[in-house]
Amino acid sequence: MSTAELDDFAKEADAWFAANTPKTPDFMLPLTFMEVGTDQQFDFLRDWQRKVYEAGYLGAAWPKDYGGGGLTQAHQDIATKAMRKYNGPIMLNAIGLNWTGPLLLDIGSEAHKKKYIKGILSAEDIWCQGFSEPDNGSDLGNAQLRAVRDGDDYILNGSKIWTTHGHYGKYMILLARTDMDAPNKYAGLSFILTPMTVPGIETRKIKKLTGEHGFTQTFFNDARVPADGLMGREGEGWKIAMQTLEYERGARIGQAGGYVLTEIDPLEILNLARNSQRDGEDVLDDPVIANHLVDFMIENQASAMGRKRSRIRGLTQDNPLGLMLMDKLVMTEYTRRINQFALGLQGGNAGYYVDDPNAVDNGYWHRGYLNAFSATIGGGTSQIQRNIIGEHALGLPKTR
Amino acid sequence: MSQFGDIGVTEAQLDLLTAAERFCREQSPMSSVRALIETDLGYDADVWAEIGALGWLAIAVPEDFGGVGLSMTEVVPVMEQMGRYMLHSPFFATTLAAQAIVMGGTQAQKETHLAAIAGGAAATVALSEAGGNWDLTAISSTALMTDSGYRLSGEKTFVQDLEAARTIIISAKVDGAVQLFCLDADTIPAKAIRRERIIDDIKRSYALTLDGLVVPDTALMDGGKVTQTLEHIHLVANLLGAAEMTGAAQATIDYTVDYLKTRKQFGKLIGSFQALKHPTVDAYIDYEKSRSLLYAAAFSFGDQWPQNDKRSEIATRMAKAQSDKALSYAADRSIQFHGGFGFTYDCDAQLYRRRAIFNASQYGDAHYHKKKLAQLIL
Repeated sequence: MSTAELDDFAKEADAWFAANTPKTPDFMLPLTFMEVGTDQQFDFLRDWQRKVYEAGYLGAAWPKDYGGGGLTQAHQDIATKAMRKYNGPIMLNAIGLNWTGPLLLDIGSEAHKKKYIKGILSAEDIWCQGFSEPDNGSDLGNAQLRAVRDGDDYILNGSKIWTTHGHYGKYMILLARTDMDAPNKYAGLSFILTPMTVPGIETRKIKKLTGEHGFTQTFFNDARVPADGLMGREGEGWKIAMQTLEYERGARIGQAGGYVLTEIDPLEILNLARNSQRDGEDVLDDPVIANHLVDFMIENQASAMGRKRSRIRGLTQDNPLGLMLMDKLVMTEYTRRINQFALGLQGGNAGYYVDDPNAVDNGYWHRGYLNAFSATIGGGTSQIQRNIIGEHALGLPKTR
Repeated sequence: MSQFGDIGVTEAQLDLLTAAERFCREQSPMSSVRALIETDLGYDADVWAEIGALGWLAIAVPEDFGGVGLSMTEVVPVMEQMGRYMLHSPFFATTLAAQAIVMGGTQAQKETHLAAIAGGAAATVALSEAGGNWDLTAISSTALMTDSGYRLSGEKTFVQDLEAARTIIISAKVDGAVQLFCLDADTIPAKAIRRERIIDDIKRSYALTLDGLVVPDTALMDGGKVTQTLEHIHLVANLLGAAEMTGAAQATIDYTVDYLKTRKQFGKLIGSFQALKHPTVDAYIDYEKSRSLLYAAAFSFGDQWPQNDKRSEIATRMAKAQSDKALSYAADRSIQFHGGFGFTYDCDAQLYRRRAIFNASQYGDAHYHKKKLAQLIL
């Protein structure tokens, strides 16, 4: 790949996003893919994803045969960077783009790839994830939803919860128990690509702490799904689910690109601080607040530098896994705390919520703070993340 | 975020990192560190001679004066590994003095003193005074011009490794303006020197009485470069201090983790308890952040950016603030997690905790740098 070729691609991408990134609509857009709660938001984001894909800036590094761009990861990285630069809406179909797609390209059959990849990229087929169950949360290995083989089908019974995009999903990646007599709880699980449109599957919206809808509980009552959706073999579900989580945590590459979480630019919080008063005084005159602001700047810079350092092998040789494993924990907790801090900057006005005419930035920071918990809980809570880092990066004994 | 400095790496930097890691690991086992605490000099003369022979004092000295002609980018990994293995020598003090001469020395001083340092001679700086002020221009020592040279008066504190130094940089006010003097340390009488009791048992620091000391006119450094030289020393000292603490934070975490993996209580390895595991992970994350910021500061400090760019200053202050936080927390928790043994002198955790307190006390702690950062970036 010549540098000139990449430079040209970068110029084209930059120009395209400059011209095509939509203006902020008159309704609130989700900051993360986990917050899509209204049809208005859904339609807007689906249109945007399709447009980006058709312009060639999503799935640029995925194979052409299945609907990708057939270019290199460097191309995709360039396109994603341009996308971020213009601060456009997030990519809707996150579970498809970031984890299902890479998994299918890694271990899916030819038929799987032909059937699913293009729909993931164009947002024609929305994917959701059936890992968590009502009583088990982060304890994925304890999944109880049963899948019983019957001819060419599996018959599913049980329930999944916290299903992001559950009411929009056409397909689900599902972790089910196929063997009740397996020697341990992990050995009896299987990983199945499940259509959401068959009889016996019902979703129920859950109202979030923000007051919005963003996920569902999903019920399976003798739902019959084709057995050719099985990934790997029966009993390999845990291994495949863990591989999927590695995509989610960014420890493996292969994602279609784009971004699914809006990162808070620390300059945004700085602008808020510069324009805020508490108790009639400019907040920047308060040294305690200045101290916290500097802490956020340092944290953000440390994460940015850490992500760059993780690609410099000689500067991570002591613990190559560490920086990658910590990114989810660090960024999600940072996001929660910076939103929380933003509320404090608003003084008395922090009492308002979304849509009140006196709410600062129309409640953007309140919603951001409450929604931030989805990322510090989903995909393994921060406490589970600390166990993972402790055990896998530091070699500490397992917590039982 | 590049206005806050950016990370990168040079090949020489990686080579030095590998070489320094190995050297410090082999030359500075904890048994040696402990043995040197009991000595007056505080370092192993043979190891110091070898450091000179390896050319590590010449790394950031220009080629014209016998140096290698690289930058602080390449010095940082050496200091980091010395911090990791607690290898004490006059390396820090000598590097500061060398940088002072590079930035503010006369041609003659560069030819004489830089060449000696590049060849392995120790040097130091006498800039601090009682009161613990981190503003290097806030001094009360004076130098009075006389027929026989400058007559100095006042007292300097925290002169690190003065016993070893052959060159010393001293600050004093001449007619109300701060000036720097570069002189042969062997002209200082023994009675003017007092070893200070400092919290870091591994390091050596001295008070220096200037009263009655007369130095020749040729000792005066470039009067037009005093301000930028002091600013440069301030940042170099903080960059190296951050490097030393980042290395020490890594060692502290390794030391703690080893204990958590072997010590049993209530029938289980204590590292399996989340009450110990989670804070240890938090300490580790702080350390990784510290290292990322350190290498960003090191890279931003090199020749990558134009002069008078604020990026190297921002990056350096961030690195020092974070390394203070990281090492202080890691070592504090290490004492706690070692239980009763953690409360003894035999537990290495206290050495790391003392190192953090001392390094924070020199050239600015986390709060100080954050205050400076607030002025720069908010």
